[in-house]
Amino acid sequence: MSERRRVDIVVVGAGPAGLAAAAAAAARGRRVLVIDQGLRPGGQVWRHQSEAELPARARTLMVRARNAGATFAAEARVVDINSAHELIVDFRGRIAPVGTESIVLATGARERFLPFPGWTLPGVMGVGGLQALYKSGLRMTGKRIVIGGTGPLLLPVAAALAHAGADVRFVAEQAGAAALLRFGASLGFSPAKLLEGARYRGAFLSTPYRTNSWIVAAAGEGRLRSVTVQTGKRQVEFDCDFAAAAMGLVPNAELAQLLGCVMQDDAIGVGALQETSVAGVFAAGECTGVKGDDAGIAEGEIAGAAAAGDLRAARHAALVSRRDAGRRFGARLATTFAPRREVLTLAAPDTILCRCEDVACGAIQPEWSQRQAKLWTRVGMGVCQGAVCGPACSAMFGWQGNAVRPPLHSPAVGGWSESLTHEG
Amino acid sequence: MSDSDVTVSVDGVPRRVPASATVAAALLQLGVTTFRRDLSGQARGPVCGMGTCFECRVTIDGQPEMRACLVPVREGMRVETDL
Repeated sequence: MSERRRVDIVVVGAGPAGLAAAAAAAARGRRVLVIDQGLRPGGQVWRHQSEAELPARARTLMVRARNAGATFAAEARVVDINSAHELIVDFRGRIAPVGTESIVLATGARERFLPFPGWTLPGVMGVGGLQALYKSGLRMTGKRIVIGGTGPLLLPVAAALAHAGADVRFVAEQAGAAALLRFGASLGFSPAKLLEGARYRGAFLSTPYRTNSWIVAAAGEGRLRSVTVQTGKRQVEFDCDFAAAAMGLVPNAELAQLLGCVMQDDAIGVGALQETSVAGVFAAGECTGVKGDDAGIAEGEIAGAAAAGDLRAARHAALVSRRDAGRRFGARLATTFAPRREVLTLAAPDTILCRCEDVACGAIQPEWSQRQAKLWTRVGMGVCQGAVCGPACSAMFGWQGNAVRPPLHSPAVGGWSESLTHEG
Repeated sequence: MSDSDVTVSVDGVPRRVPASATVAAALLQLGVTTFRRDLSGQARGPVCGMGTCFECRVTIDGQPEMRACLVPVREGMRVETDL
């Protein structure tokens, strides 16, 4: 019989929302297990090598969760479920069931990648992807970089890489200037966000930052050599070592779908207490809609309190108002930075669409349903389970999200066999 | 980064890399860009940096299909790419 762990609340994801949920639930006396696939808590936004690099509120939240007694399992991931009360978890290659009363999903978001000619060349990566690799030890000194994408992530990433010594040659924002101005004005009473943007801008004044601009192609033999950027009516080519190319973020909702939670658009649908449609399952942060970490923390506090049964705390007015402001901000983000038609039609017929199964864009007939396309081409059926091409296909062909099937992550073979042996 | 280095074997060649790096960051730092090859032999390398895209798969200490962006380097580690 394999070892069986039992807790009151499992929090999946140790980013801002997950940490807040863990701290809130553990402070109310619940046994909380936080599962995260990273080496350290913090998620993507607070990825770090030493806690000294982190903003004060990140450290505060980590200390709160720790002191409240939440247990943190690093390099761990949920691979399957038996029910909403039993998760199958890969703990560093050892597979074990975890029994729980409640679950808080704080699975975050990932980048939306859209195919363009040359996007599979090594050296072309995500915007957050390049930042993650930098934070994981890749030195930026002297590296020539072109950034193409959309949304508030572009400027901080560009500033961080420039600060680390990179030669950031161009930052292309696909959204138009008018949309950006409307977005700024809509923030209204919250000019702090605009100032934040201006501060980032100040950090790399010599770098061209252009709206109405996007990467149209990457070139090179076996690795990236240059990218071509459309900016206004012109096309400009830049030699570069890395291109950071992604079109905003999409919620990670796969585990929620496996649990049977109802989706709202591409995010996990939640109510006033961050509860999903499945009893005992809550969700908080970017996985319920991309909106930034401050509202994510508020959602985490609400979800953690609600999962612990403290409904009064979960309805605290200040938390609710922060959460609701975040949701409104998220809605504006989605309209301002929606990918424009041009960036949905960059791929050539021979451009790879599904990077796992090597399916070219031209292999998909426009009249096909998603099901037909999968049957005929295996698009979205590879090892990443459509994490990359799924959001691209939704944007390009209007397909609904990928049907989710276990295992959510392919665990090491040894892990499965060990678990089978123990059970047998 | 000012931390100490460790020695890992990359496709049989001993290399010094920062002790705090992930395998993906360490390989890129060494100038290795081809982590795996697709069905037609084209080179692929890291994309998402966070374990989602599976493009940075390499063999680590004999275990195939490991996501290099999720694994920290360790002294004596053997990493094999699709060259």
